[in-house]
Amino acid sequence: MNVSSLSADDLSTRLIQGTFILKTGMFNVRVKSQIPEISQIFTLIYGDFPVASPSDFSDFQITLSSTGGLRRWFRRQVLTKLDEIPLYMPLPASHAFPAFEWGLNQCISLAVKQSLIIHAAVIEKDGLAAILPAPPGSGKSTLCAALINRGWRLLSDELAVVEVSTGKIISLPRPVSLKNVSIDIIQSYAPDAVFSPKVFGTSKGTIAHMKPPIQSVMRAAESALAAWIIFPKYVPGANAELTAISKATGFMNVIGNSFNYGSLGLCGFETAGDLIDKCECYEFNYSKLDDAIRIFSLLGQDPKRSDG
Amino acid sequence: MVDCLLLETLISPSRIKEFSAMEWDLVIRQGRRSNTLGRFYRVMSSHQLIEFIPESPLRHLHWAHISAERQVVSVRAEVECIKKALPGVAIILLKGAAYVVAKLPAAEGRIFSDIDLLVAKDQLTDVENALMAHGWVSMITDIYDQRYYRKWGHELPPLRHLRRNTVIDVHHGILPPTAVARPDPLKLILGSVALSADKDLRILAPVDMFLHSATHLFYEGELQHGLRDLVDLSVLLQDFSREVTFFDDLLNRAKQLGLERPLFYALRYLHLILKIDIPQHVVNNLSRSGPSSLLLRVMDGMYQRGLLPDHASCNDRYTKIARIGIYVRGTWLRMPRLILFRHLFHKAFLSANN
Repeated sequence: MNVSSLSADDLSTRLIQGTFILKTGMFNVRVKSQIPEISQIFTLIYGDFPVASPSDFSDFQITLSSTGGLRRWFRRQVLTKLDEIPLYMPLPASHAFPAFEWGLNQCISLAVKQSLIIHAAVIEKDGLAAILPAPPGSGKSTLCAALINRGWRLLSDELAVVEVSTGKIISLPRPVSLKNVSIDIIQSYAPDAVFSPKVFGTSKGTIAHMKPPIQSVMRAAESALAAWIIFPKYVPGANAELTAISKATGFMNVIGNSFNYGSLGLCGFETAGDLIDKCECYEFNYSKLDDAIRIFSLLGQDPKRSDG
Repeated sequence: MVDCLLLETLISPSRIKEFSAMEWDLVIRQGRRSNTLGRFYRVMSSHQLIEFIPESPLRHLHWAHISAERQVVSVRAEVECIKKALPGVAIILLKGAAYVVAKLPAAEGRIFSDIDLLVAKDQLTDVENALMAHGWVSMITDIYDQRYYRKWGHELPPLRHLRRNTVIDVHHGILPPTAVARPDPLKLILGSVALSADKDLRILAPVDMFLHSATHLFYEGELQHGLRDLVDLSVLLQDFSREVTFFDDLLNRAKQLGLERPLFYALRYLHLILKIDIPQHVVNNLSRSGPSSLLLRVMDGMYQRGLLPDHASCNDRYTKIARIGIYVRGTWLRMPRLILFRHLFHKAFLSANN
């Protein structure tokens, strides 16, 4: 059963009661919310995602609730909690959906200890994955959104989860978060893509979330092995260009972009090292999306990769 | 007694064989809230029950276990750094850090943040200066708070290391000088046991370790980790009571240090809540150190609720007031009245943190 197969009433009721459990890849997320917009946005953006039974186990329990006192009616706020504990301070009620997305990312990156988690997008084609680590503002989400609308599978737009024992990247397809001008750019680049309503005035500016392609959602159980680590950077007017970087630089940049490297100790070091050993590392400057797509399509055909 | 699935499972671990998905969901949430998932994993492991845990909840328990193991490594490394910063100074590790470095069963599965140590009061200034010279910085910037710690406290304001972000609490006593009980830190230092060859790195004697843990728990106003601390006490007890004279030594030492009341409560609630058997002669001996029967009923009402996880599933309609009562009691025990009023006045009206 998918989210889209639930009637509006059923979904609303489940959200209010806290019996709605969304399956996002390997994690079951129980969501409790009385905010009407959340129900509508979930149907729109999470429509293809499976729903678990209310009596199933949930890994994380996200509650989106109003705050008390006057704020219940005046300049309403939303408080995001993991079970009963607030994750961060209250935000304006209109930020409820981004608050859910950020909250869930935070829960995953803080909880998982058997995998190295890198702040990166991960996409895959023909069995090989590219990890795109980058600090906010480097254009990784825009690039990721464009690539997955041109044949690449989405594993994640935010969290590269690298299993410690196998080096495999776990797939956690979720809505792709886009900011400011990127929203309009991708809307014209992929006119059929579905977007949540724009949310204005967040700490990152204007935000909207793009519904992930149905193929990516259906293949959530498929992990992938990484072949490339590519550090993207949007540079206005630049030609799309891949520049090879040393493995040492790649390693330092990967761990610099990792959420939980420190808490994994020696294991983290070995996992990051193995990953770098197996991947080609590049910096990637680009300005035009079409050029970027073209360069990425050449990756899979790289004659240097003898094992294909 | 209020129902609490996590508690029932810690008492009878084989219950998990019958668990539904929803019961796993609840027990993981309760464990997460009370910071006992690592301990839960150890209990399941020692009862050969890991194979009965489904994959999804097991993931969460594994993560907690990995965190606890990782912490053992960090704590050992940090204690080495502390030792290097304080050559020739006798340092007594307290609580979690002691359990880890001494490799006690109480360390297993435990997750904690600060490293607590006890030093002689006359060494305090030198210790503080040496630690600051090695990169630990005081975390309290408010002048009132700093003065409060130094005048009325039994520990320095916490010190955080600039690079490593680890936190040390340097104690010169185990209770504030203003507290109702006045255990003499010198007696604790004299009774301490050396861990290292040079005898500078030390832990409290077993009876003192148990009494410290009991006193800390029953003087505490906020029981965020009440269940975890009670379980620690049970593990210490199980380990130390293998020594035949332990209970008699414990009673004698409690009397010497004036800590019979917290010991009374510790053993009482270990029995009432965790169903641990306490030898009858010990119970009889301590009964005269207990409170009046009215006060005891109030304490039972508060602690049988307050020591459960602070989670809606473990609450009944009296839990909120029980926790308020414990908070008031904790403050009352640690501060005499005049200082309390001045302190509350300052915090309410004058403090910059308002």
